[in-house]
Amino acid sequence: MEAVYVMWLRQLKKTWRSKARIIGSLGQPLLFLLALGFGLGAVFEKAGQGNYVNFLVPGIIAMSILFTAMFAGIEIIWDRQFGFLKETLVAPIPRWKIMLGRTLGGATTSSIQGIIVLLIALLIGFRPVSLLGALLSMAFIFLIAFMFTAFGTAIASRMTDMQAFPLVMNFIIMPIFFLSGSLFPLTEAPAGIKAVSMANPLTYGIDGLRGTLSGASHFPILLDFSVIISGAILLGLLGSYLFSKIEV
Amino acid sequence: MATESPAISVENLVKKFGNFTAVDNISFTVPRGKKFVFLGPNGAGKTTTIKILTTLLHPTSGNIKVDLYDPVTEQQLARKSFGIVFQDPSLDDDLTAYENMDFHGAFYDVPKKLRKERIEYLLNLVDLWERKDDFVKTFSGGMKRRLEVARGLIHHPKILFLDEPILGLDPQTRNHLWDYVRELNQKEGMTVFFTTHYMEEADKNSDIIAIIDHGKIIVEGTSQEIKEKAKAETLEEAFLKLTGHSIRKEAGTAQDQLRAMAKLWGRR
Repeated sequence: MEAVYVMWLRQLKKTWRSKARIIGSLGQPLLFLLALGFGLGAVFEKAGQGNYVNFLVPGIIAMSILFTAMFAGIEIIWDRQFGFLKETLVAPIPRWKIMLGRTLGGATTSSIQGIIVLLIALLIGFRPVSLLGALLSMAFIFLIAFMFTAFGTAIASRMTDMQAFPLVMNFIIMPIFFLSGSLFPLTEAPAGIKAVSMANPLTYGIDGLRGTLSGASHFPILLDFSVIISGAILLGLLGSYLFSKIEV
Repeated sequence: MATESPAISVENLVKKFGNFTAVDNISFTVPRGKKFVFLGPNGAGKTTTIKILTTLLHPTSGNIKVDLYDPVTEQQLARKSFGIVFQDPSLDDDLTAYENMDFHGAFYDVPKKLRKERIEYLLNLVDLWERKDDFVKTFSGGMKRRLEVARGLIHHPKILFLDEPILGLDPQTRNHLWDYVRELNQKEGMTVFFTTHYMEEADKNSDIIAIIDHGKIIVEGTSQEIKEKAKAETLEEAFLKLTGHSIRKEAGTAQDQLRAMAKLWGRR
């Protein structure tokens, strides 16, 4: 079990040591929160949808988790390139344990990132409905983080070069983000967008966050939770399968 | 008995990448406790063979055993039996020298107390003890290489693979390391499998030499036997006689392109 711990610890140390990365990855959610929150807030309220900041904050928390988690997973490409991957691949540890350690590490750092965004949101006036809700939201934060770190790992296990990086960014991360009800409510969306969003696991993660933090969810919270935990487990299994097939 | 069987046995090993045959039907055995060297020009198939033996690549065909275990079907058991120092870097630049060593010890289940002792001893051996808490990214190429070799020795493997171990090392460090490897070889009966294209290194540190070129083993035996076979005075002369004088072409790999990309991206 020490191997899992070591891989987890490594992920944390690396993130902690790269302060620029922590600060850098807060820029985007902050911008979205301020620009959209204040820019679209009035329109949203006029349309009779209530307080936009309350609606937006869970979406932005999920966004920052999505981005950091996917990148944490995709980091395998860097390890492949700088060689450290080989060191872990020849070690007498089942590969799923290595993958689990990495994924837990990435999930931990991106959860922390999500919590920082939540704290920032508190500063600009966001208030969770209840303390219990805020505590429950931590489960969603961690599961979203785990799911997408595992997803990033799965993708990176099949990728050998950096050229694929922008592709992943534009064709995987962005659609997952925009088609998840993060920025606008799905109730009024056209059927096509609605259908795609329903198939997107992040939708349920965000909905769960909204339910626990803002007190208004589209689906029952138990459904959100079931979908997100199944997604985390399935992608975790897929990630460790693909990771175990890596040849260098 | 386990000790009677060879440390490594390879029968009719073939590895193809598309149309290119990197390893072309080679067979050899490495008896336990011996030092075996693959001597060959660039692109001869040395590293590919090591990667197959160490479970990093799957062979196209052939039977292999590393310490009784098949690296294809019994990966975990095979991995337990060996240690490897790679040709290209495999350190984590964002960790300190000590962390790199310590994590390796954890991967190989070296008990904490013993791990500490060995790390201190090895880091002193490669003259890096004073820099143990510095990040590896601040190290020069030679220092990284030294750390890499030291790391491969923490768990005292039964079989040690060294892929071009002295590349980029100064003569002092080279001698220190080989002295230590020899000591482990004699005291613990550690089998050593290494590759090189330096004649002198091969001659001095091995019991058995196999000259490999274009994925095939051309000749195998002690240094003396090879010289006699090629009717040559020195190993170098024998090597050139057997492999020819043309310079090998080696294409830039995807890895090299990646490294260039990484510089552009400016990370690490």
